[in-house]
Amino acid sequence: MTALTERQQLAYANAQAADGRVNLEFETDEGMTLNMGPQHPATHGTLRIVLKLDGEQVISCEPIMGYMHRGYEKLVEVRTYPQVTTLVNRIDWLGSFANEVPFILAAEKLMDIEAPPRAQWIRTILFELSRISNISLFVGDMALHIGAISAAFYAFRDREYVLNQIEAATGGRFHPNFDRIGGLKDDLPKGWIADTKATMNKIRDFCDEMETLVEGNEIFQTRTRGIGVIPADVALAYGMSGANLRASGVDWDLRRDEPVGLAWNECDWNVITHPDGDSFARFWVRLQEIRESTRIVDQLLDGLPAGPIMAKVPRIIKVPEGEAWVATENPLGEMGYYVVSKGGLGPFRVKIRTASFNNIAVIPWVTRGVYVPDVVTILASLYFILGDIDR
Amino acid sequence: MEETPEAPAVDEARQAIIDKLTTELGDAVVGSHIQPGHDVWVRVTREAWRTAGLVARDQLGYRYFEYLSAIDWLPSPFGLSENSPTDALPEASTEIVTGHGGGDTRFQVIARVHSLSQKMGIHLKVDLPDDDLSITSWLPVFAGVNWHEREVHEMFGITFAGHPYLRNLYLPGEFEGHPLRKDFPLLARLVKPWPGIVDVEPMPASGDDAEAEAAEATETEEAAG
Repeated sequence: MTALTERQQLAYANAQAADGRVNLEFETDEGMTLNMGPQHPATHGTLRIVLKLDGEQVISCEPIMGYMHRGYEKLVEVRTYPQVTTLVNRIDWLGSFANEVPFILAAEKLMDIEAPPRAQWIRTILFELSRISNISLFVGDMALHIGAISAAFYAFRDREYVLNQIEAATGGRFHPNFDRIGGLKDDLPKGWIADTKATMNKIRDFCDEMETLVEGNEIFQTRTRGIGVIPADVALAYGMSGANLRASGVDWDLRRDEPVGLAWNECDWNVITHPDGDSFARFWVRLQEIRESTRIVDQLLDGLPAGPIMAKVPRIIKVPEGEAWVATENPLGEMGYYVVSKGGLGPFRVKIRTASFNNIAVIPWVTRGVYVPDVVTILASLYFILGDIDR
Repeated sequence: MEETPEAPAVDEARQAIIDKLTTELGDAVVGSHIQPGHDVWVRVTREAWRTAGLVARDQLGYRYFEYLSAIDWLPSPFGLSENSPTDALPEASTEIVTGHGGGDTRFQVIARVHSLSQKMGIHLKVDLPDDDLSITSWLPVFAGVNWHEREVHEMFGITFAGHPYLRNLYLPGEFEGHPLRKDFPLLARLVKPWPGIVDVEPMPASGDDAEAEAAEATETEEAAG
């Protein structure tokens, strides 16, 4: 082992000291500092939350992120358009296919091409399957944070059925990398439609089970009702989106309101809202959304049009000069890409607007004055994925 | 953009947004661009940045904040960095060509606000002169802008006047440089050849290209049928 220089030793000691300062719980005039994370289970990765406490009550709270910052906005600038999907798959790793779609749509918008109907329908189906797999895990996870262990096991078991279907169609359980500019990599395999329908029935059973096991549980209700209330105005000003926004009573879903070419408008489903804005509402809205998603998948599978799955695109993809913004309603909320093209092989600048980054910006506001155990339920109910914050 | 029946060349709703902003802000609106049926870009002066946000929020009803970011329009001196690092770097151009809504400077701040009732969004842009990369903060307009401004501050080195806590959001405190600027090299690419370069197949010539594509199209149809 090479000896450390004095400078390196000093830097190491300083880094240790900096960690130690927050890792210690200590009392000052302003109250106690409690460090939650970066390895706390409620943080879904490595988010650190520094809480200033007065007894059991939170005076102030500061989320510290960046432990998983991978610099995707810089990395995509040295990649070609088809290579970008591999990267953006890893943003929200529980709903990967949904991350690819808005980027591909933005590139297609700039190139002025449109995928054939069959490709759009399969995209929508896979999009909803990622939503189901993502959110069913949330349902188990939220119960876990409140102390109900068994729900998490059921959630992991039933999510696997959906992942199997995604794997059967795309070849990847977590990172399909299946979407292409102009269409899809492949058509659906034989027997997939019937299998998926059977899976949707299992997922509906899972929802029933969760409703009786978790939602109706008295302890669960006491821990979540009236906790972490976010009014609609605050949610809008912070740019919250997805189920978090709908749980505050805002009737807004990009799937219905700005469907950007995918097949959501072809079938009959409902946008779920809840007026309360508390942790329970956020849980309830997501559980209902799984049901709606299974309805969407069923209807799309019934009406799946025949035809090609790829539009005519050049072999070497060059995107003409321009700027485009495309956002879709991802499992975690609104995800958008602002793509600037200078007419080259790769994008000039891509701004990735992720849902969790805006969703958790509200944490300092909503945790003020709550009790420490409620911080955990609020974090769990806001439902963020670290990859979706840090990008 | 080509004219199609589905997307009329004149987008009255989006033109109305620009007209309204021009009435409220006067000369402060210095550029605009409409993509009919899709989007609208409005470029305002630096002095009017916060006013533009307030007008959009209170008088136009754009109450939903989506994001705030910046664009560095300097052409990258490193190109795509796809080739071997021993090759000479591409000819570095310093000509600034900005996008929709126009612009005169290297750095632009861009933000998007949305109206849920009108189901439309606006992109607001603003130029920042190179010698003074600062702008008024949007914190009084949208609370959610806080972290976005911190991110832009560390990634581009743009200061937001009136933001009380412009500490690094993602990067370590002592990090030097602003990574998303175009002249900040991506060192991983410069010190090691891009591994993807080895399995790039030679592309067919343009004549074969059309044939191959036609063959592929029939294949796909067969598979779908």
